[in-house]
Amino acid sequence: MFALVDCNNFYASCERVFNPNLQNQPVAILSNNDGCVISRSDEAKALDLPMGAPIFKWESFCKQKNIHVLSSNYPLYGDMSARVMKILEYFTPDVEIYSIDEAFLQFKGFDHYNFDDYGTTVRSRILKWTGIPTCVGIAPSKALSKVANKIARKFPKETGGVYVINSEEKRIKALKWTDIRSVWGIGHRLQKRLLAQGCKTAFDFTQLSDDWVLKNLSITEWKLKKDLEGISTLELDIRENKHAIATTRSFEYTYSDIENIKERISTFAASCAEKLRAQQSSCHMIIVLLSSDRHKKNSEQHRGSKTVIFPYPTDSTLTITKAAIEAVATIFKSGVKYKRAGVIVTGLVPTDNHQLDLFLQENPKHKPLMSTIDRLNKKFKADKIKLANQDLERTWKMRQERLSPKYTTNINDVIQVK
Amino acid sequence: MKQSLQFFTPKTSDSNGAIFIDTGISAGFPSPADDFRETRISLDEELIVNKEATFFAKVSGQSMIGAGLDDNDLLVIDRSLEPENNKIAVCFLDGEFTVKRLKVRDGEVWLQPENPDYPIIQITEENDFIIWGIVTNVIKKV
Repeated sequence: MFALVDCNNFYASCERVFNPNLQNQPVAILSNNDGCVISRSDEAKALDLPMGAPIFKWESFCKQKNIHVLSSNYPLYGDMSARVMKILEYFTPDVEIYSIDEAFLQFKGFDHYNFDDYGTTVRSRILKWTGIPTCVGIAPSKALSKVANKIARKFPKETGGVYVINSEEKRIKALKWTDIRSVWGIGHRLQKRLLAQGCKTAFDFTQLSDDWVLKNLSITEWKLKKDLEGISTLELDIRENKHAIATTRSFEYTYSDIENIKERISTFAASCAEKLRAQQSSCHMIIVLLSSDRHKKNSEQHRGSKTVIFPYPTDSTLTITKAAIEAVATIFKSGVKYKRAGVIVTGLVPTDNHQLDLFLQENPKHKPLMSTIDRLNKKFKADKIKLANQDLERTWKMRQERLSPKYTTNINDVIQVK
Repeated sequence: MKQSLQFFTPKTSDSNGAIFIDTGISAGFPSPADDFRETRISLDEELIVNKEATFFAKVSGQSMIGAGLDDNDLLVIDRSLEPENNKIAVCFLDGEFTVKRLKVRDGEVWLQPENPDYPIIQITEENDFIIWGIVTNVIKKV
């Protein structure tokens, strides 16, 4: 059996744990740099505040409807997520962390368990230990556990946040209830094709013949179909390390001069390199992105990206930053007001066993230098040691005007009790 | 601000130079203590039983002075523990966090301060009340 555990409105729930006054209030969380709405409490959803709403357009709406608008507090969400995921490991060794607020669990050899009870225990332990409400969907396959989870979320009163699909009757009922547009893994284009075929629900999809699916779609959709039929074909994807690391941000202001942009890119590249070293990976490739403000329709729009392939895998801030700065200079167009940039490192390999190349490898002097920098930055917090092409005056890189305290990661920010 | 910055210039020579050995090479006698090495005392391990459920809070005020909770002391809170009579709990009461001793008698819940200047509080249906976590340790600066 598989379970999908999903935290309800995760970011808003994290804020509520440490500020219970937000309980039952509409809450909206903004993206990095206070750009747009990325998470909403049920109450905010009920007021029709849309996902992705740019806050500069919706500010007065939020004020008028008394929606509490907060900057995203990633140190807090990251720590609370780590707690939730760790608690899940008490229940089964097979946990796939799917996103910051979702995880798939697999139960092997749990056949005699009462999964309604087990799911309820999972849910109530996470709630009690961390204060985060979740929904648990349990079923014989991953795709069905996702469907079960949706039912638990949609009918909290009837299900108590836990729904188990453990009979043919329940499976068919659940699939008939599930709109084809909300089936996990069926993208926008495919939805259109399936709707044209008369497939309105997940159940209709399972009624297509295997041959038709294999011939007209692909093995991926066939696997999904089998999964929805209750025959588990999708396995847990347990990865210790990420396959790509990205640092992308909107700037506080628009920049139209190359120097400011180079500084940002340098900082993003340094951050990627540090994350690489933290998971003991090296990268073969970096992708640098740069784009103008797409909300400002009247100014010149430009977006570009550039990929750089290294002759050898590297985790050195010096090498990665240098390549990123050279790359961004080739994308940059003068006269354009840029708003967003990013660095993605990919083609990751473990640092300790990459293929040795007789002539091409990272300068061995970088390694002790990088580990010294990492150690010092860890000890003194914030980026004490930076490359000179990063802005040395910059202390706060994001616009976060409505940021809540870092309740769990900074001793000066813990809750006050009278 | 500017004066406090120190610049370090990495040498980016392309020659591979001498091989760097960072494991250290032993010379002389091994330490006789090597076979008896134990892990150093860790306050984390002593004070925190359940990492995932442990949070910290700072005391503000004197209401629990009799129990040894002073202004600015750091509390270790374990949310996984069950609330019981006589335990010290962090609660959320009518819009603010408070730390008091729980008194549970005949189905009634009271929050008892440990300072004669503060009144005992009875929790009723009217109150907006949650027990947030149980205090397990107090850390104070001397």
